[in-house]
Amino acid sequence: MSTDDQPMSTIDRLLSRSLRGQLAVTGGAIILALVVGAVLMILTSPIITGSLDPWLWAEAYLALVQGALLSSNGLIDTFVRATPYILAGLSVGLGFKAGLFNIGAQGQFLMGALGSVAAGIALADAPSIIAIPLALLAGVAAGAAYGFIPGWLKAFTGAHEVVVTIMLNYVAFQIVSWAVSEPLRARGATFARTTSVGEAGIPVLAGTTGHELHAGVLIALAAVPIVWWILYRSTIGFEIRTVGANPDAARYAGMRPRMIIVLTMTAAGLLAGLAGAVEILGVQDYLPASYATSVGFDAITVALLGRANPWGILFGGLLLGALRAGAPLMQIKAGVPVQMIDILQGVILFFLAADLIVRWVFRLRETRGGSVDELKTVTSSYGGSTATRG
Amino acid sequence: MTVPDTTQVPDRISAPALEMRGITKTYPGVVANDGIDLDVKPGEIHALLGENGAGKTTLMNILYGLAKPDAGQILLDGKAVEISGPSDAIERGISMVHQHFMLVPVLTVADNVLLGREVMRGRIFLDQAEARQRIRELGERFHFELDPDQKVGELSVGWQQRVEILKALYRDARILVLDEPTAVLTPQETVEIFGVLRRLAAEGHSIVFISHKLYEVLAIADRITVIRRGKVVGSRIPSQTSEDDLAELMVGREVQLTVDRGESHPGEVMLQVADLRIPNDRGRQVVESVSFEVRRGEVLGVAGVAGNGQDELVEAIVGLRQPTGGTIVLDGEDVTRDGPRALHEKDVSFVPADRHRFGLVLSFPIADNIILTDYYAEPYSRGIVRDEAAILARAEEAIAQFDVRTPSATVGAGTLSGGNQQKLIVAREFDRDLKLLVLDQPTRGLDVGSIEFIHKQVISKRDAGTAVLLISAELDEILELSDRIAVMYRGRIVDVVDGRTANKEAIGLLMATGGRSEAPAETGATAR
Repeated sequence: MSTDDQPMSTIDRLLSRSLRGQLAVTGGAIILALVVGAVLMILTSPIITGSLDPWLWAEAYLALVQGALLSSNGLIDTFVRATPYILAGLSVGLGFKAGLFNIGAQGQFLMGALGSVAAGIALADAPSIIAIPLALLAGVAAGAAYGFIPGWLKAFTGAHEVVVTIMLNYVAFQIVSWAVSEPLRARGATFARTTSVGEAGIPVLAGTTGHELHAGVLIALAAVPIVWWILYRSTIGFEIRTVGANPDAARYAGMRPRMIIVLTMTAAGLLAGLAGAVEILGVQDYLPASYATSVGFDAITVALLGRANPWGILFGGLLLGALRAGAPLMQIKAGVPVQMIDILQGVILFFLAADLIVRWVFRLRETRGGSVDELKTVTSSYGGSTATRG
Repeated sequence: MTVPDTTQVPDRISAPALEMRGITKTYPGVVANDGIDLDVKPGEIHALLGENGAGKTTLMNILYGLAKPDAGQILLDGKAVEISGPSDAIERGISMVHQHFMLVPVLTVADNVLLGREVMRGRIFLDQAEARQRIRELGERFHFELDPDQKVGELSVGWQQRVEILKALYRDARILVLDEPTAVLTPQETVEIFGVLRRLAAEGHSIVFISHKLYEVLAIADRITVIRRGKVVGSRIPSQTSEDDLAELMVGREVQLTVDRGESHPGEVMLQVADLRIPNDRGRQVVESVSFEVRRGEVLGVAGVAGNGQDELVEAIVGLRQPTGGTIVLDGEDVTRDGPRALHEKDVSFVPADRHRFGLVLSFPIADNIILTDYYAEPYSRGIVRDEAAILARAEEAIAQFDVRTPSATVGAGTLSGGNQQKLIVAREFDRDLKLLVLDQPTRGLDVGSIEFIHKQVISKRDAGTAVLLISAELDEILELSDRIAVMYRGRIVDVVDGRTANKEAIGLLMATGGRSEAPAETGATAR
C-alpha cells in the first residue's frame, strides 16, 4: 500500500502542479472552445457575409465583449443572466461535494419557478414585504421537496440519482405544463400562462427597461459565501465533504452517509428552486406553460467550470452570463447567430468532461497505490465513489 | 538463453545481465537517486532493500523507462542501452510485477496473459489454442499449473500474482522486477512464491526483489543492496549479515526490532464477546459463535490467515457491521447495537486495516484527518461552527508528539508516506484515555522504523490499562505483542494460547488447518 517512493517534496511539487493544472484545464477548456468557435465562424463566414472572412471571429468576439461588459446595460445584463446560473450552479456543485451528480437542477428549477409563481399570483395584491418573501419561500420549498425525492431514493433504495433526476426533469416539465394550462392559467391570455406575480415581483435596483438590475442578483451573490461557509466552516459541510470524498471513512467517523445524502440533495433542490423563484419573480413576472429554459442543465457546465467550489461557480456563472448577455450584440454587429454561444458552452463542457465526467459516470476507481493517484481525487473533488450503504 | 553455461570461463558466467551505473535522478528540491550502482547476474535473486521513500521505486521506474535519469547508464548483457518506455523495456526482456496487479478480473488467465501481445491467426482471429498451450507449458516448467480458462477474479491473491509472473515469462522476460511482491500475501503464499522465484532463478532468470521486510530478503536473496535516501549504503550476502545489521543500514541508526514489552498486568475484563455470529457483505455467515474476552492492560492477538472472518469480527466490534447473534459487552455494558460514534464516545479506538478506505480521507488536509472522529465536539466545533484555530492547534500538537513527517498540517494526507499516514491514524486513535483499542493490521506495509514506533505505542497503551485487541496476518507481530493469542480459522476461534510460551510453528499449523490433523486443501480458487 505504501510504495510511494517519491520523496515528500516531490509529491508536494506534484500537488501544487496539479492544482495549477486544474486551473489550466479550466482556462484551457475556455480557450480551446473559443478557438473552435473561431474556426466555425471562419468556415461559415461565406454564408454569413457572402465571402470567406478570416477575421469574422475577431469581430464577433469583440462585439461579444462589448455587449457583455463595456456598457452599464451590458453589465446589468451579465449579472441578471448570471443570477440563475450561479444559484443552480451552486446546487449542482453542492451535490458534487457529497459525491452526487445532481442532473436534476433543471427539474428543481422548474418546481421552484412553479412554487413561487403559484404563491406570487395568489399574493399579487398583497404588500410586497409579505408577498416577496412568501413567494420566494414557496419556490425554495418546492425545489427542496423536489430534491429530497432523489436523495431519499438514493439513500434508502440505492436508486442512482442520475437516472432518477433525469426522469424527474421530465416530470417537472409536465407538471408545470399542466399546472399553467389548467389551474393557474390566466383567463383571456392568448397562450397558456399565469397572470403576473404583481407585488410579489422582486424590486428593480437600477437600469432601464429591458436592462433591469433586480434585487435577486444580491441573493445569488450572497448565496456564494454562505454555501462556501457551510461547506468549509461548518461541521455539516465537513460531513458532506467527507461522505463525498470517502463514504467508508465517513461511517468510520460516526457520520451517517444516508442522512447526509438526503440532506445534500434537499439543499441542492433548495438552491435550484431558489434560482427558479428568483428568475420568475425578478425577470419573468409570470410563468408560461411551455417554459423554455435550460438553466438547470447549463448549471452543470457552471459547476464544472468552477470545479464545484462556490467561488469558482461564481466565476463560471458570470462567464456564462456574460456570454449570453453579449450574444445579441454579436449577432447584430458580426452577423454571427446567438446560437454560437450554445456551441461555445457545449465545447467548453466537452473539454472539461474529457477530464472529469468520464471518470465520474463510469466510476473509474482511482488506483489506491501512490499518493499521486489520490491527488486526482483531490483535484476532482467529486471523483470518489458514492455512499449507498450507510 | 541465459542459462549459465558451465563450459564458459568463470568471468563470463558472472557477467551481469543488468547493470545500472551511477544512476542519478533529481526532482526539484530532492535527489531521489544519487549515483546508484546496481548489478544483477544471470540466475541471481537480487534484493533491493530500503525504507519507503528511499528511492527504490524511482530506480525501477528508470529501469522500466518510466523516468529518465539525469545521469548514469543502464547496461544489458554489458551493452549500454537507452530504455525509452515500458514497451521498450519489455522488448528488451525486462518485466515488472507490480504490487497492485494489472489484471482484468473478468477475463480468463489466458486472456490476461495474452493482453497486449495477442497471438494472431490471420490478421483478425486470436489463436487461443496456441496461447493456452504455451501457458500450460510455462506453468509446468515452473511448477505452477494454472487453468488458462479460469477467470482471474476467481483466483486467490497468491495465484493472481502467479498470473502476473506468467505474463512476464510469456513475454520472454529475462529480468524480472518484483515490487513488494509479498505485501498482499499470506505467510504460506509467500513461501510458495519464493519457491517459484527460486525455480525461475535456477533457469537463469535474473530477479530484482524490492522489499522492506528484512526476514524475507534474508530468506530469498542471493545478494542484498540497501539504499537509503537515494544512495547505496551497503551490499550484503545473506549468510554474512543479520536482521539487525540490515535494519541499521536501512534506517541509518540502531533499530530495536523487537519491542521491549515488559510484564503485563491484566486487570478486570474490559471486552466480553459471547457467541458472536456475523455475516459478510453477501449475507453469508463468516463468523460463527465466537467468544473471547480481553482484560484491562492486556493484548489479545488474533492470528489467522486473512479471510477467516477477522475483518468482519473487527467491524462488528467497532460498530461498523451488525452481528446476527451474540453479544458484545464493554466494561459491563452491552454495546452490541452501538455504532462507531457511540463506541468512540465510550473510549473505544480503532485502527483499521485499510487506512486508505476507512482510516483517512486522503484528499483532506492532515488537520481534518486528525479530528475526523472528533470533529463535532468541543473544542473543534461549537454547535455547527468549526473552530479552525483549535483544529490546527490540535493537529500541530499531534504531529509533533507522534513525529509525523510533514511540512505542515495543511497538506493533504495523501501526500504522506505510508508510515506517516499510519502515524497520523495512531496519533488520532491513541492520544486519549482508552478502554479498548482495536488494531487491525496496524503495521501492514510499513518500514521497520515505523513498525518499531507503533509497537512501542501499543505497549505503552497496554501499560496504561487499555484492553488491546490486535488482529494481524503477520504472525511475528502477534507473537511479539500478545499476552494471549487466539487463532481464528474459518470463522471460529480454534484455540487460545499463552503469548509468551506460544510456539510459532504450532500456531502456523493451527492457522492453516484449524487444528485438524489432515493437511489443508491446496486450492488456487479461494475467492475472498
